[in-house]
Amino acid sequence: MIKIVKQNEVSKKQSILIMLGAIAIAFVISGIVIAAFGKNPFQVFAGMVQGALLKPYGIKQTLNKAIPLVVLSLGVSIAFKMKFWNIGAEGQFYFGAIGATFCVTYFPNLPAYILLPLMMVVAMLFAGIYALIPALLKVRFGASETLVTLMLNYIAVIFVDVLQSGVWKSADYMGRNHVAKYPENALLPKLFGVHIGWIFALILAVIVYILLKKTKLGYEISVLGENERTARYAGMNVTKIVILAAVLSGGICGIAGMLQATGYEGTMTDTMSGGFGFTAIITAWLANLSAPIIIVVSFLFAALLRGSEAIESSMKMSPAIAEIIQGIILFCVLGSHFFTNYKVIISKRVKTSAEKGAEKND
Amino acid sequence: MKKKILAIIVAVLMMATLFAACNGSENSGELKPIAKEDMKIGFLYIGDIGDMGYSFAHDQGRLALEEAGYETVYVENVPESSDCASRIRDLIENDGCNVIYATSYGHWPYVVEVAKEYPDVYFGHATAGSEILAENLPNVTTYMGAVYESRYLAGIAAGLETKTNKIGYVAAMALPEVVRGCNAFTLGVRSVNPEATVEVIYINSWYDPTAESAAATTLMDNGCDIMAQHCDSTAPQTAAADRGLKSIGYNSPTASFNPTSYMTAPLFHWDVFYLNDVNSIVDGTWAPRNYWEGLDAGMVDLDECINMADSTKAAIEEARAKIVDGSLYIFSGEIKDNKGEVKVAAGEKMAAEDIWGMMWNVEGVIAG
Repeated sequence: MIKIVKQNEVSKKQSILIMLGAIAIAFVISGIVIAAFGKNPFQVFAGMVQGALLKPYGIKQTLNKAIPLVVLSLGVSIAFKMKFWNIGAEGQFYFGAIGATFCVTYFPNLPAYILLPLMMVVAMLFAGIYALIPALLKVRFGASETLVTLMLNYIAVIFVDVLQSGVWKSADYMGRNHVAKYPENALLPKLFGVHIGWIFALILAVIVYILLKKTKLGYEISVLGENERTARYAGMNVTKIVILAAVLSGGICGIAGMLQATGYEGTMTDTMSGGFGFTAIITAWLANLSAPIIIVVSFLFAALLRGSEAIESSMKMSPAIAEIIQGIILFCVLGSHFFTNYKVIISKRVKTSAEKGAEKND
Repeated sequence: MKKKILAIIVAVLMMATLFAACNGSENSGELKPIAKEDMKIGFLYIGDIGDMGYSFAHDQGRLALEEAGYETVYVENVPESSDCASRIRDLIENDGCNVIYATSYGHWPYVVEVAKEYPDVYFGHATAGSEILAENLPNVTTYMGAVYESRYLAGIAAGLETKTNKIGYVAAMALPEVVRGCNAFTLGVRSVNPEATVEVIYINSWYDPTAESAAATTLMDNGCDIMAQHCDSTAPQTAAADRGLKSIGYNSPTASFNPTSYMTAPLFHWDVFYLNDVNSIVDGTWAPRNYWEGLDAGMVDLDECINMADSTKAAIEEARAKIVDGSLYIFSGEIKDNKGEVKVAAGEKMAAEDIWGMMWNVEGVIAG
């Protein structure tokens, strides 16, 4: 007889072990998939590590991917903490880029030390307002934020299309719809060969950590995430918290768009997100919505993405393999949560009263 | 504890970036001839090579190089954003490529960016022509097929086979390359059927089967009985076949998809350029140029003609012979635009750079 019993307490060590085990299993399964494609999985993994972490150019590229991923994951983690399912990081990212480009287009002559902060503030504002829409629809009409934020992603890309084929279209590209390159004073400086977005990403991680762990708003967000009724009984203003947290979440995703536009892209394009807004949902979850762990997980995920690019040409391997590995890792790690919450007992014993009670609670 | 972890992470990241900066490679070399066995050629495609269209056609060119004994690698689905620049650097740094071919128009600003960083690497960019040459980089060349010549021939097929005198044309974007091709096609149509018109719908994408199919349906609802296209999927051809109407493809032979309705297609033979270009790298005669060759060089062609009258085939053959021997110059006067204004006076020939930058429609084009 197989019984599934709720686990009372799992030590931190145990849960880390379960997590590592899950990742190991994920790589074994991925290895089998790669082998099924007729490639040597050890060679493929070695090629990925080499391309992402060992060569200097590869490290730069990994960091270039890690920066937007960290910032976006931080952004969505605030909303997720509240169980507000912000799937709209992608759209908020683009609105951040639109905000940044707005500043560059209309105030191109400001010195960098004024223009760059202005771009960041406006990016936050634009993206925050964009995230306000699903928040308002949720608190006012009870509309599902999952659907609304998801749909708004596509609308954001169309906004970018309209702008780059209309008012912001540059004449430098012979009829092609393209926004002008940012001038020198609108570009983020580089430090150690990577744009200083990484400093902002680390600062934001500290801010989000403090916000969620040490402030009243952070406490309210997690209470609301645990149970809305508890929050109401405790006299919290649920509407205000939802709106504030959603706007903050969107605003941070907007910063990611601004950093990517000014640090990496040097302009705004309608493909610049590279799907990071969706990847960030995975990384935020894998990091258990904890800001310091988000940095680690995002870096490793960036390395995975970068590594799969490296093997595409060198091993003639489709980059889709990265998506398969991502999916397998996510599946295994989320699946492993089952084992941190429950334990499986195989026995022929008669149930004890304690276990009966535990099953009722399930 | 948490703070410690954070501090460690910060330290590791900083070290990593420092490491990256110290080892950043500096290339200050010059272009030198490369022996065939030392050459590694990297290709960047906008789509995937299974698209049976544009990227597929370029990949046929790459395979011809492989067959000739050159080592090649490729990356697919390269967007027209800064990722393009990083993928090029990738091919150079990671795979050791010393020749790069980027194949999509929108890749060109990123080719320019990276070409400046690697003066000892050869770059070729398809379709940007004078825009990229204006950058005056010693290591960047540009190439394109004068596929408008093939389109003129396809236009003859459409003009002779249409019964409603209305021909549908699904076009990607309002760029000179597309406008020029549509104009040549229309001139071909009206060279044999002055009554016929060509109705154009722009779908604002190079590859979007859904939009291509929808545009074709609209055009056929308007009474068009032959579908032609300047976009990369076979969707317009299939939409035509579903109504029992004939179609003209683009980029690669796709008769097998709709064997009873497909007539022909303007094609590229990119291998002609690629072989020519790498040979000039080997023998040291390589120089930046605007390679824009047509039927006579074999760079473009018309697919085998099927599902049409023998007299139509003969008319196409006749025009082809005249284009190849130079007695037929497609853009020679008198040509009016579709508002009735004379753009090329009788007896005049349009200059190559005017043809390249053409952004007006010839008489007979109905652009929606």
